[in-house]
Amino acid sequence: MPLLNVTDVTHSFGGLCALSGFNLSLNPSELVGIIGPNGAGKTTLFNLITGIYRPDKGSIAFGGSELTGRRPYKITSMGIARTFQNIRLFNELTVLDNIRIAHYTGSRYSPVEALLHAGRYRAEERRIIDRSLELLAFFEMDHLSVETAGNLSYGLQRRLEIVRALATKPQLLLLDEPAAGMNTKEIDRLMEFIRWIHSEFKLTILLIEHQMRLVMNICERLVVLDFGVTIAEGTPRQIQDNQQVLESYLGPKNLELGGGLQ
Amino acid sequence: MTYLLQQTLNALQLGSIYALIALGYTMVYGILRMINFAHGDFFMVGAFLCFVVVTFMQLPFAPALLVTIIGVSLLGVIVERIAYRPLRQAPRVSAIITALGVGIFLENFTLALSPYPKSIPPLIPAVNWTIGGVTLSSLQVIIVFLSIALMSALHFIVQHTRVGIAMRAISWDINLVPLMGVPVNRIVSITFALGSGLGGAAGMMYGMAYPVIDPYMGILVGWKAFISAVVGGIGNIRGAVLGGFILGAVEILVAAFLPSTYRDFVAFSLLLILLVFRPHGILGKPRSQKV
Repeated sequence: MPLLNVTDVTHSFGGLCALSGFNLSLNPSELVGIIGPNGAGKTTLFNLITGIYRPDKGSIAFGGSELTGRRPYKITSMGIARTFQNIRLFNELTVLDNIRIAHYTGSRYSPVEALLHAGRYRAEERRIIDRSLELLAFFEMDHLSVETAGNLSYGLQRRLEIVRALATKPQLLLLDEPAAGMNTKEIDRLMEFIRWIHSEFKLTILLIEHQMRLVMNICERLVVLDFGVTIAEGTPRQIQDNQQVLESYLGPKNLELGGGLQ
Repeated sequence: MTYLLQQTLNALQLGSIYALIALGYTMVYGILRMINFAHGDFFMVGAFLCFVVVTFMQLPFAPALLVTIIGVSLLGVIVERIAYRPLRQAPRVSAIITALGVGIFLENFTLALSPYPKSIPPLIPAVNWTIGGVTLSSLQVIIVFLSIALMSALHFIVQHTRVGIAMRAISWDINLVPLMGVPVNRIVSITFALGSGLGGAAGMMYGMAYPVIDPYMGILVGWKAFISAVVGGIGNIRGAVLGGFILGAVEILVAAFLPSTYRDFVAFSLLLILLVFRPHGILGKPRSQKV
């Protein structure tokens, strides 16, 4: 059974149709990439899956239950986490607190217990802090736990955002342009990193990316979007040879590849 | 010297009441960027609720305090739910106007029920201790210690619990928080409950310390507490407490050394001057946006 099933989803902003009749099915532990020019509707898809937007039409099912109409916090606690194109951390909070907040759903204690420092409060907070530090250590960031998130370097902020997403214990991870602003060497490391978390955390990953090298190398399957519709779908190899994809990316005239745009 | 010490004690008493109310303004502003102008009236409702349970149900001090805090917390939660939440995405000005409307509603509702000023019967035995010429009343001690206890509890919640982390996170980016699995509306309700509860407690203490309570008592005190919050740096919890104590001290000291009619005039002039030099308040930080 597929983990995520997007069926015939249409969403428009005013007169602009961002996604129309979109279908996508993700099997457990797949690593799928979505590519397409800017404005093709890729981030809209993420916003629909995570409940930020509600589709005009169609259905989105996750693990057999319908997501449309559910609130974003519910959807997150069902096991979907995401990162953002432009990094969105809680810049004024510490690295540790950025991870602690992602454990919100997993903790249960009453305010009275908290004020009395008693009952489940101590055990729960201790457990969350320990788990957060463990997770940070796993990603070699534990020495930064008291640092303010906004003060981290760009690369570390990207990493922290992924760690925070993992802290919500997702089954499905949505990565929105994880390679944005990275150089070749950093992208190489990112590819290793994504492969590693994919197997280590037994995740299903859906990622949006413009970096062809990255998607061609790590994705098992690609979906190409243009103007809100799927124009191609297949293995990276099939996509590479697809005329329509080349046209939508480069325009019909520039078919001789190799050189590339400056 | 003893005179000064005596006035300092009075300033602590007044300051802790301002500080408790200022916390309500600062918490709501901190997470929703909205100024809850009805908060001064929550304070007034606290005083009246206390009056009702003490006069008609003969509750002693501690249960009366508990009922007042819980009652005003509920009021805050209900007002947020029915009046402010529908306007969360609306322009801030609309929400502020709504808050003013809620305030006027509460004042006139109370006025309709109780057209004459009331006074809360004595709840604790009035004992005065005189140490080296300085007189300390049992009421003063209770007000100051209770305020400090409530403020410490709030500080603890905000800094060390998951709800507190969620509040601070909402303050930074309210749209991102749900994606961490945090129910934002519940956190906002808790924030209103805490802020209003403190305001209610302040209303009760004010009613115990000063002779009369009336439906309009929340207006001026509310403004002063709001100004305390701004002077301390609105959105900053320690700032609200600091601002409250500063305003209390300035008011009492001005009244102690100058004709008492100068009190508000001098106090507010000083605060205005302070804001010219620290526009974000004493502890407030300008939040720079990357362009």
